[in-house]
Amino acid sequence: MNNPVQDTTPAAQSTPLLQVRDLKMHFPIKEAAGLGRTRKVVQAVDGVSFDLAPGGSLGLVGESGCGKSTTGRMITRLLTPTAGQILFKGTDIAQLKERELRPFRRELQIVFQDPYSSLNPRQTVSNIISTPLRVHNLVKRGKELERVQELLERVGLNPEHHNRYPNEFSGGQRQRIGIARALAVEPEVIIADEPVSALDVSIQAQVMNLMEDLRRDLGIAFVFIAHDLGVVRHFCDTVAVMYLGKIVEQGPREQIYTAPQHPYTQALLSAAPDLGTIRGVPAKERIRLVGDVPSPIDPPSGCRFRTRCWKAEEICATQEPLLEIKPRSAAGHTAACHFAEPKVDLTAATA
Amino acid sequence: MSTPANEPGTADTLGKDGLNTMSGADAAAQAKRGPSIATRERRQGSLNPSGETPYLEVTDLTVKFPTADGVVSAVNGLSYAVPLGRTLAIVGESGSGKSVSSMAVMGLHDRKRTRITGSIKLGGDEIVGLAENDLMKIRGDAVSMVFQDPQSSLHPLYTVGSQIAEAYLVHHKVSKDVAKKRALEMLDLVGIPNPIRRFKQYPHEFSGGMRQRAMIAMGLVNDPKLVIADEPTTALDVTVQAQILDLLNNLQKEFGSAIVLITHDLGVVAEMADDVLVMYAGRCVEYGTAQDVLAQPRMPYTWGLLESIPTVSAASERLRPIKGLPPSLLNLPSGCSFNPRCPYKDRVKGERCTTDLPELLPVDGAGAHTSRCHLHDKASIYEAEVAPRLG
Amino acid sequence: MLYFVARRLVSALSVVLVTLIATFALFFVAPTDPAAAICGERNCTQERYNEIKENLHLDRPKVQQFAEYTAGIFAGRTFETAGVVQKCDAPCLGFSFKNDRPVTDMLKERLPVTVSLVAGYAVLVLTIGVFVGSMAAKRRGTTGDRILMGSTLIVSSVPYYIVALMISLYLTILYPILPRGGYTPLSDNPGKWFVGFLTPWLVIGIYNCTQYARYSRGSMVEALSEDYIRTARAKGLSDRKVTYKHALRSGLIPVITIFGLDIAGSLAGAIFTERIFDLPGLGNLVLDSLQSYDLPVIMGTVLIASVILVAMNFLVDVAYSLIDPRVRLS
Repeated sequence: MNNPVQDTTPAAQSTPLLQVRDLKMHFPIKEAAGLGRTRKVVQAVDGVSFDLAPGGSLGLVGESGCGKSTTGRMITRLLTPTAGQILFKGTDIAQLKERELRPFRRELQIVFQDPYSSLNPRQTVSNIISTPLRVHNLVKRGKELERVQELLERVGLNPEHHNRYPNEFSGGQRQRIGIARALAVEPEVIIADEPVSALDVSIQAQVMNLMEDLRRDLGIAFVFIAHDLGVVRHFCDTVAVMYLGKIVEQGPREQIYTAPQHPYTQALLSAAPDLGTIRGVPAKERIRLVGDVPSPIDPPSGCRFRTRCWKAEEICATQEPLLEIKPRSAAGHTAACHFAEPKVDLTAATA
Repeated sequence: MSTPANEPGTADTLGKDGLNTMSGADAAAQAKRGPSIATRERRQGSLNPSGETPYLEVTDLTVKFPTADGVVSAVNGLSYAVPLGRTLAIVGESGSGKSVSSMAVMGLHDRKRTRITGSIKLGGDEIVGLAENDLMKIRGDAVSMVFQDPQSSLHPLYTVGSQIAEAYLVHHKVSKDVAKKRALEMLDLVGIPNPIRRFKQYPHEFSGGMRQRAMIAMGLVNDPKLVIADEPTTALDVTVQAQILDLLNNLQKEFGSAIVLITHDLGVVAEMADDVLVMYAGRCVEYGTAQDVLAQPRMPYTWGLLESIPTVSAASERLRPIKGLPPSLLNLPSGCSFNPRCPYKDRVKGERCTTDLPELLPVDGAGAHTSRCHLHDKASIYEAEVAPRLG
Repeated sequence: MLYFVARRLVSALSVVLVTLIATFALFFVAPTDPAAAICGERNCTQERYNEIKENLHLDRPKVQQFAEYTAGIFAGRTFETAGVVQKCDAPCLGFSFKNDRPVTDMLKERLPVTVSLVAGYAVLVLTIGVFVGSMAAKRRGTTGDRILMGSTLIVSSVPYYIVALMISLYLTILYPILPRGGYTPLSDNPGKWFVGFLTPWLVIGIYNCTQYARYSRGSMVEALSEDYIRTARAKGLSDRKVTYKHALRSGLIPVITIFGLDIAGSLAGAIFTERIFDLPGLGNLVLDSLQSYDLPVIMGTVLIASVILVAMNFLVDVAYSLIDPRVRLS
C-alpha cells in the first residue's frame, strides 16, 4: 500500500535507530449474524512507517481509535504485528519469537498511561524496579538496592522510600516509578504511551521535564504517544498525525504546527482550546469537524478522512492519497491528501 | 489559621471589598419575595464580577467530611455568584474541592457523612438545610448536571431515549407519549441525527461524543436555570470536545441558563468562561472575569498553572512546573496553603505567608477581581517576570 | 433477539446430546460390569448373570446399545424379561427390572414433587433474599445493616441438614406449629399441596435466603456506587426509584448468574429436604436406586438432572439478555 517513505526524519543524516515500515495490525473479530457468526477484521493499524533517530523524539498524535497505542505496543512487541517490519539497529524484530526477542526487550521499554494500574500494588518499589535488573542480569547480587536507589534519585524520588508500596505515592510519583522501572535496563528507546494524561497540570509539567532530562542526559530516544497537541509540540522534534490506522501527515514539529497541510491536522489544531483566545477574543479561525470517526472495521474507501473532510471530491473516494512530499512542503514534511495545502494562521494567535 | 466556617470573618472581608453582604433580615426578606428574579429588585453590587444579579449565590460555603483520620475540610469559606446567561469556570486540580462544592449545590453529597455550613441560594431561595424531599424537586429541574464520563454516567441497561424521558417525567405530570416527544425534541436539539432511531438505542450503541450530547439533552430537558457541568469534555477527543463546547455555548445563548463549569483545563476555560474561580486546597485563591484571571492573573498558583501548560500555539522553552505536591486536606500548611510550593514567598516581609492566611482581597484595592496573596507588587511581578515566560 | 434465543437453544441442545453420550459411556462403556453389579456378589448364578446381560442388551455391541437407547428416547422400545414383553413408550429412558416399570414412568411421578419444591425455593430466594440484600445495601454501614448481615452469617454457618432436621423435629413434631411435610398433587388439591410444601419451602428457602441476601447486598452496593446512579439522583428521582429501578436492574445480573448455577445445587439440596420431610421426589428416588443399584433409574435421573441444568442455563441466558442489552450482541 504505502511505499516506505524516505527521509521522514529531519535527522536523516544520522542512521535511524528504529525504522518502522508498513506496519499493520489487523484484529480478527467475530460478530453474531443470524444463526452463525461472521468474521471481520478491525484494521487498527494499516501501513504505518516512520524512522526514529538515536536520541530523537517522535510524537504520535491522534484521537482515540486512531491506532497510536497499538503502534506503540507493536514496537515493544507486546503485540505481534500482522505485517510490516520493525527494524531495530537493522534487525527486524517484528516476528521474532519470545526467546530471540529477549535482548531487544531490554532496549525498547514502555511507560504506560495509568500509573495506578500499571504497578503491582503488592510489590515494594524496590522490587518493582529491581525485577528487570535481575531478569536481564544487569547487576551483581547485593548491589541491587544501590542501583534501585540511584534510579529513584534519577527520577526525582527520595531513595529512602524504596521499601514503600505504590499506594503510598501520588499519581505523579507513581509515574516516576514507572519511568525508573523502564530506565533500570538502560534502554535506547522508551515508548511513552500517554505518560502524563492522567496527571494534574502542575504534576504533568514535572514529569515532562523529567523525561526531557532523560533524553538530554542519557540520550534515550522517545516515541511519544499522546492526544494532547500541546504536550507533543513541547516534547517532540518530529510529529506524525494518525487517523484511523494511518499516518496522514508527518514532519518536523514546526512545520506540522505552523504550516499543517492535511485537513485533519488543521482541524485538530483548530479544535485544541488555546489560552490565546479568551471567549472568542481575539477571534480565531475555527474548523469544526462534523460527526465521528468511522469504524475501523469497514473504513471508507480511498482517503479514510474523506467522510468528514470539507475538501473531499470524487477522487478521494476512489484513490488513496499517498503520504508524500507536497509541492509547498518543507524538507521532510509529508502529507497524505490530494488537496494538501499549508494553512499558516491556525496557531499563530498568541505568537 | 483558617477562617472558621460560621464566623463572620469571610463576610467582613467581602464587606471591605465594597461588596454588599446580606444581613439576616435581608435574607429573610429575600426568601419571602420568592424565587422570581424578574420581579426581584436588583441589588446593588453582588458577588459576581459582572455586577449582574446572580441566580446562584454561594456564600461562605464550607463542606467537611469527618473521616477516621480526622475532619477533611474539602471546601472552606467559598463564595461566588452566577447570573443567568453567564458561565463561571471553577478551576483546580484533583482534591481542590471544585467538584465537592458543586455536589453540595445539587444536594448530592452523602448527608450522613457531610457537614455543610454557609449559604447556597438559588434565585434567592436558600437550599442549605433543605429536606431531601424539597431538594429532589429542585434537582434535575431548576438545576441539572452534566457529568464527566458519559460512558459510565448513562445507565447501560436502559435506552437513551427512556432515560431522557424519565428525567422529564420526574418533574412533569404528563403521559409517557408527551415525555417521549419532548425527549425526541431534545435529541434533535443537541444535534443527534435520526432521533427516532437513536431514542430506542442503548448507550453502548452511541459514540463518546453522541453520549455526551445525550447527557446534555437529559440535563436540559427540563429547561434548567442552572447547569453544572463537571469536566464535561475531559473524557472526549479534541475534535469532539470542540463540538461539545460549541454546543454548550450555543444552548446557553438559546436558553439563557447560568452555567458552572468545573474543569482542570485552562484551554477549556478560555473557550467557555465569562468568570473564573481558581481553587486550591479547598479555598478560592483567585476570582474574576476570564480576562482578569487568564490575562492578568494575580496569584502565584494561577501563574504556576499557566506556566505548566504546554500550548499548541508556541513551542515553549522548558516548562516551569509548580514544585512539590498539593497538601493533604487533613493537614493543611499554616498560613497560605500554597506557601510550601510558592516561589515568591521570600518576597513577603516576615513570615506572613507561613503564619497568616491571606484574605481574598481586590487586586487593585477595589473592584471585582480578587486574589488571596500577601504579595504587594503582584501586578509588577507578573508583568516583569511571569508574562514574558508565557510568551 | 430471536436469533439470540435460537442460537442459545441450538447450543443448549448440543450440550444435552453430549451429556447423553457421556452418561451412557459412564454407565455402559466404562470398564465396569453393570450386569455383575446388578446381579450382586452373592446368589449370582451364571444363568442369572447371562439373563441380565441379555435383558439389558449388554451382550450387543456398544454402539448398537447406544443407538437402541437413543432410539428409545424418541420412539419407545420394548424389553423382554423371562419371556414377558414390556412396552416402554417414548421417551423411554430404560426399564427398571427391580421395580418392573419403565424409568420414565417413575421419573414422571417424582418430577412434579421436586419441581414444586425447587420452584418455591426459587421464588423465596429471588424475592425475600434479594429484597433483604437491597435493603441492607441501601442502608450500608448502619446498625440495621450490620445486624442483618451478622444474622445471615450465623444462619448460613450452620450446616443445612442440621437446620432442617431441627426445624422438622421441634416445629413440626414436638411443638407442631408448622404443618408436617407431605405430597398431594397440585391437580388433586392445591390447598393440600401448598400446606404439604409449606414447611420444606420455609426451611430450604429461608436458609438459602441468607446466601442470596449476601450476594445481592454485595452486587447492590457496587451498583449503587456507579456513576449512573449519581445521574439518576441528579435527575431528581426518589431514593426508592433509584434503588429499585436503576440499581436493582444492574445488581440483579450477578445474582441471576449465581442463581442459574445454584439451581443444580438445590437439586442436590433437595435430597436432604425430601428425605427429612418425607417428600417422594427425585432426590428420594436417587437415594433408593443407589441403595438397590437400580442402574437404569440412576442413569435416567442423571440424564434428567443434566437436562434441567442445561435448561436452567438457557433460561438464565435469556433472562440475562432481557436485562442486559449488551449481551445480545456477543
